[in-house]
Amino acid sequence: MRLTVPVLAFIAKLTSGATLRWIDCQPDTCQRVYFANHTSHLDALVLWASLPKDVRLVTRPVAAKDYWDRGSIRRYMASVFNALLIDRKEIKVHQSPVDLMSKAIGDTYSLIVFPEGGRSSDGETGKFKSGLYYLGKKRPDLELVPVYIDNLNRVLPRGEFLPVPLLSCITVGAPIWLEADESKADFLARARQAVLDLKDV
Amino acid sequence: MQDLGLPPPIFAWIAGASEDASRNLANIPTVILLLTTLTGLGFALMIGNLLRRQPETKVDPLIVRAFNRRLTAWFTFTAILAAALVINPTMVVALFGLLSFWALREFITMTPTRRADHRALFWSFFMFTPAQFVLVGLGEDYVLYFSTMIPVYASLLLPARIAFTGDHKRFLERAAKIQFGLLVCVYSLSFTPALLDMDLQVYNPDSTGEADRLQSWQGSNAGLLFFFVLIVQLGDLLQFIWDKAIGRHVICPKINASKTWEGLFGGVISVGVLGAIIQAVLQVTPFYTPGAGFMAALIAFMGCCGSLTMSAIKRDRGVKDYGTLVHGHAGVLDRIDSLCFAAPVFYFVTRLFLGSAGI
Repeated sequence: MRLTVPVLAFIAKLTSGATLRWIDCQPDTCQRVYFANHTSHLDALVLWASLPKDVRLVTRPVAAKDYWDRGSIRRYMASVFNALLIDRKEIKVHQSPVDLMSKAIGDTYSLIVFPEGGRSSDGETGKFKSGLYYLGKKRPDLELVPVYIDNLNRVLPRGEFLPVPLLSCITVGAPIWLEADESKADFLARARQAVLDLKDV
Repeated sequence: MQDLGLPPPIFAWIAGASEDASRNLANIPTVILLLTTLTGLGFALMIGNLLRRQPETKVDPLIVRAFNRRLTAWFTFTAILAAALVINPTMVVALFGLLSFWALREFITMTPTRRADHRALFWSFFMFTPAQFVLVGLGEDYVLYFSTMIPVYASLLLPARIAFTGDHKRFLERAAKIQFGLLVCVYSLSFTPALLDMDLQVYNPDSTGEADRLQSWQGSNAGLLFFFVLIVQLGDLLQFIWDKAIGRHVICPKINASKTWEGLFGGVISVGVLGAIIQAVLQVTPFYTPGAGFMAALIAFMGCCGSLTMSAIKRDRGVKDYGTLVHGHAGVLDRIDSLCFAAPVFYFVTRLFLGSAGI
């Protein structure tokens, strides 16, 4: 385990040629929710691998249970990244994903989430689902950090299993918070715009 | 290995010991040329750094910075190349293989492709690129294979692979992008290390008739390779200097605002003269002195063609250079565009005149 993490992180960075840019935001181990556009299976892996080591240790990607809990390799990978697996299919009233996330991170961990819910096939960023809003409402102490992932959808597009080693870029922007009287739709639109604004920085 | 009779070439390649490996080892003129270049570059770097530190200078600081960056890249490249040449010719092939891989990566990142091109791209990166350099590493016996694999097989199979996906939107454009990327970044560049394994002939000075007009060249192929790389870079440098010194008539302002006709002609002629001087003093190539001058001028001209062509692609894509394409990456393709265009021409023209096995 101690060896596989740096090796996997190195391979992920090498195949995706990823550079990580911090714009109006610094790497920090404080509790954050990194929310990013979702275009490829590699997104969570590469973003997680690109974070500085001390940040990476306290950051858990949120991943779909129906995908990452199938087969021993995927399960192993998920355990290496310390992924938080959330069931997309069976959502219980008392165990909503937001409750689960909030409980799992306690007062140490940060999260990587993809509020679009699934990968877009054309590289466009879809509408954000409401989880990010409820998370921000339940845990106002968390910094919500927008992240834009560029070109990874070309490295490993939806439906492919072999990556093409192009160069990609990950941009981390300034944190946002839920405003006091902000509606769900307004907040989600603002969060989505915060991600998209990082495209041309 | 000799007890086993003739070993298959692949073993010789892995062991780095072809039967005439001594040919690839650097001889004295090559070492002198290498050391002179490294020392000269070291001095130039020192001067560049001094200029940069001058608070009030008459020279444009932007030019100084561009100049220093180029010099540093050149110095690093020469040092790595020299180290690889000392260790093993196979190392040189591997070095250029990595350069190719990275250049292709930058090229494809810049040119938009569609989802359906994914498999064709995978083939380009993981099959054609490594195969090309393995074939080059196997040596001159495989010249027919490494000089046809990409222009024939890859150029036909990759568009076919895209066609199989059924996505016909802008088909010709997408196919051309992948073909051109492979041609420039992989195929062309691979002819630089191919110079290391070439049987060459020279004109026999005391020839008595048609039968012994040519004799086998006893020089070092490493010297020929290094001469080529040096001339490419001198070509870039001298064209840059002539542009800044007397450049008036810009060739194509929309593509590259700094390349001028004066720079092109001044560069080509002065590099030709320099090439002839290097050959006259050190005898590192199999050419006659005027022949070396002609080859150097040809290299400089092809180098200029390379820079202009790649500039045109960059302008079309709206990027300034490949280095800023994805933030934080050094633009490999910016540095080797002239090398890419000059290498296959230099290889085949040399072969045409002096190759012992025909073309």
